[in-house]
Amino acid sequence: MSVTTRRNRFAVAALAAVTAIGGLAACGKDDEPKEAGGKPSKLVVDTFGEFGYDEIVKQYEKDTGIKVELRKTAQLNEYRPKVVRALATGKGAADVTALEEGILNEFKTNPANWADLTPLIADHSKEYLPWKWELGKAADGRLIGLPTDVGSLGVCYRKDLFAAAGLPTERDQVAALWPDWNAFIETGKKYRAATNKGLIDSATTAASAVMVQQGGDLFYDKEDNVIADKSAAVKTAWDTAVAMSDAKISAKSATWSPEWSAGFKQGTFAATFCPSWMLGIVADNSGPENKGKWDLAPVPGGAGNWGGSWLAVPAQSKYPKEAAKLAEYLTNAKSQVEAFKLKGPLPTNLEALKNPEFTGYTNEYFSGAPTGKIFGESVEKIQPLHLGPKHQAIKENAFEPALRSYENGQSPKDKAWEQFLKDAKTQGAF
Amino acid sequence: MSLSATTAPPSPSAPPPTPPRRRSRAITLNRLDLKLSPYLYIAPFFVVFGIFGFYPMLRTAWMSLHDWDLIGDHSFIGFDNYTRLFTDEYFWNATINTFGIFILSTIPQLLLALFLATMLNRTFLRARTLFRMAIFMPNVVSVAAVAIVFGMLFQRDFGLINWMLSLFGVDAVDWDAQKWSSWTAIASMVNWRWTGYNTLILLAGMQAIPKDLYEAAAIDGANQWKQFWRITLPMLTPTFVFVVTLSTIGGLQLFTEPLVFGNGNIIGGDQREFQTLAMYMYELGIENLSSAGYGAAVAWAMFVMIALVSLVNFLLVRRSVK
Repeated sequence: MSVTTRRNRFAVAALAAVTAIGGLAACGKDDEPKEAGGKPSKLVVDTFGEFGYDEIVKQYEKDTGIKVELRKTAQLNEYRPKVVRALATGKGAADVTALEEGILNEFKTNPANWADLTPLIADHSKEYLPWKWELGKAADGRLIGLPTDVGSLGVCYRKDLFAAAGLPTERDQVAALWPDWNAFIETGKKYRAATNKGLIDSATTAASAVMVQQGGDLFYDKEDNVIADKSAAVKTAWDTAVAMSDAKISAKSATWSPEWSAGFKQGTFAATFCPSWMLGIVADNSGPENKGKWDLAPVPGGAGNWGGSWLAVPAQSKYPKEAAKLAEYLTNAKSQVEAFKLKGPLPTNLEALKNPEFTGYTNEYFSGAPTGKIFGESVEKIQPLHLGPKHQAIKENAFEPALRSYENGQSPKDKAWEQFLKDAKTQGAF
Repeated sequence: MSLSATTAPPSPSAPPPTPPRRRSRAITLNRLDLKLSPYLYIAPFFVVFGIFGFYPMLRTAWMSLHDWDLIGDHSFIGFDNYTRLFTDEYFWNATINTFGIFILSTIPQLLLALFLATMLNRTFLRARTLFRMAIFMPNVVSVAAVAIVFGMLFQRDFGLINWMLSLFGVDAVDWDAQKWSSWTAIASMVNWRWTGYNTLILLAGMQAIPKDLYEAAAIDGANQWKQFWRITLPMLTPTFVFVVTLSTIGGLQLFTEPLVFGNGNIIGGDQREFQTLAMYMYELGIENLSSAGYGAAVAWAMFVMIALVSLVNFLLVRRSVK
C-alpha cells in the first residue's frame, strides 16, 4: 500500500473524529431565534394534562404577531422531571411554565430559578381568589406564579349502585345523606350492609378531602417546620380515615392502582372524592357504557381545594417581559372561561367565576350535573391552605402509605401513626 | 499491509529522490498513522463512553461528597453522605429487597436456562430453530409492557393468578402487601423476560464444545448425565461466568419492574416491601430534589456492591466447576 493512500486514510480518520466531536459540540449551541432588544418571534409554553389553551393562543398570535408553541405532557409525573432537568442545567425551559400546586411549593424554596412577575405586569392581586394569589408568591416576596385553576371538591357517586343499595339517588337527597363526616360513615355502613361492598374507593382519598377542608397549616407551620405530630388538620384527617377503615366503608383500592381503575367499571365502589380535574378521569375509567350513571354531590363538611396550578416564567427565559405578558393573557378572566369550556379547569379569576357561561355549565357524562354551579359555589368557600415545600412527598410517601398499612391490616394504629411521623420527618426535610 | 515504509530507514549515502524535508515529513506522518490511527478507530466508543458513562460517574462521585440541591445550592460535606448510609434503615431495607428479588430471579432462571439449553442442544429435537427463536421472544417485548401485563395478572381483585388460586380454595393474595409475595411477582417478570436470553447464550457455549469429547466419553461408557456433569458444565464455565455477571448487573439494578408493579410509586409498597436500591437512589436523587448528593452516594454504594458481587460470583463459579 502506498504512502499517499495511507496518509489520506489518516486524514479521513482525523476528519471523521473532528466532525464527530464538532457535531457533539454543535448540539450544545442554542438555536433560539434572537432579536436583540426587540420582541421575540416565538414563545414556548409548557403544560401538563389539559389546560385548554389551544384556541386562546391562536387569538394571542393574531393580536401580537408572536408565535406560541404549546408543549403538552400528558402526565404530571413525566412533566416534573422535564422541568427539573431544565432548571438543573439552565437550559431548555419553556418561556411560560405551568406549575402544579405540589411542584410550585417545592420550587418556591429556590425562588431564584423564577422571574419576579411583579415589575413585569400590571397589578392583578385583587382580581383572583386571595389565597390562590398569595400561594403564587415565594417566601422572599417575589411573585412566581399567576393563578390558573383550582381543583375544588365534590363527591362523585354512582346512581345505579346507590339505588341498588336502597339509597336515594337525586343529588339534593344525596347531599342530605351526609351533612358531616359521621353521617357519611353511617351511609357507608348502610351501603356495606346492603351490598357487602365499600362505598368509597379508599380511606386515603377521604383523608385528602378532609385535610384540605380544614385549611390553615397541614404538614408544615408558617415557618416551614414539619409539624406532622402537632397539626390539627392532619390529626382530623387521620382520625376520620381511621374511623372509615374501622367501619369498613372503603374498597381498599389505592388511587391509580389497577384495582382502582378497574373498580370504576366493575362497580367495586360507588363513590369517590372529586376535585374538578377528577371528573374526566372518572369518565375515562368508567367508559362510555356508564355515561349518565354518575352524578356529583357536595362533599360533607364544607368546601375544600385539592390541586390546581399556576403559570410561571423561568429566570432563564430570554424574553421575561413578553413571557409574563403571555402568562397574564392566559390567566385573564376571558381565557379562564374559554379554557373551562374546552377542557374543564375551574377558574380562579373572580370575574370568570361570575361569568354565566361558567355558572350555567352542566356536565353531560355526570347526568347533566350543574358542575359549574356546584364547584363555583364551593370555590368561594375554600379555606386558605399553607402547603409546605415537600407537602406532596409527605402526603404520598409518608401519610398515605401509613394509612394504607393500617387499612390493609399490616400494622396496628399506633405503629402506623409512628411510621407516618418518622417518614414525614425525612420526607419533609429540604 | 506492508511495514516496509516505516522499517526501512532513509539511507544517508544515497541521494534521496525527493527533497529531504518533504521525505522526512512523509515518514513522520506515516509513523503517526501507524501509532495513532488504531486509537482513532476505537475512539468513537471511548468518546461516547467518556461523555455518557465515565463523566457522569465522576460527576456522581463529586456530587456524593456534597449536600446537593438539584435545582439550588450545594456545599461540600466530605464523606457525611456515606456515613449516613450505614445508619439508614431504608437503605438496608432496599438492599435486602434487591438481593431477595435477585436471588429469587437469578437462581431459578439460570437453572431453567441451563435445562432448556441442554434440551435445545439435543440432536433429536425437531424444529429447533423455531424453539430457539420462540424462547427469545419475551426478551424483545418492552419492559414496561411486561410489567403492566404482570401487574394485571397479580392484581388483588380481578387478577388471573388470584382467580386461579381461588379455584383451589386459596384466599385472594394482596400481592404487593408482603415481601414474599411482591418479590415472587417481580421475580417472575424478570424470569419470564430473561430466561430465554440466557438459554441462547448457554446454548451457544454448549455448541462450541467439541463433539469428539462426547464421542470419546460415550465410547468409554459415560452416560448422558455423566457427560453433562463432566464435560458440558466444565467446558461451559467461561460462558457461565459471563451469564452470571450479566445477571448480577441487571438484577442489582432492577428498577422498571418493581416501579410499574407498585403503580409508579417510588417507595415500592406501603411499607417499602419491594423498593429496590435503584428505586431508593431515584427517590433520593431525582424525586426528592434537595437530597441529590445523598442519592449520588447511594448510586456509588450500588456500584461497589455490584462490583463486589460480580467478583464473588466469578470466584465461586470458577472454583465450583474446577
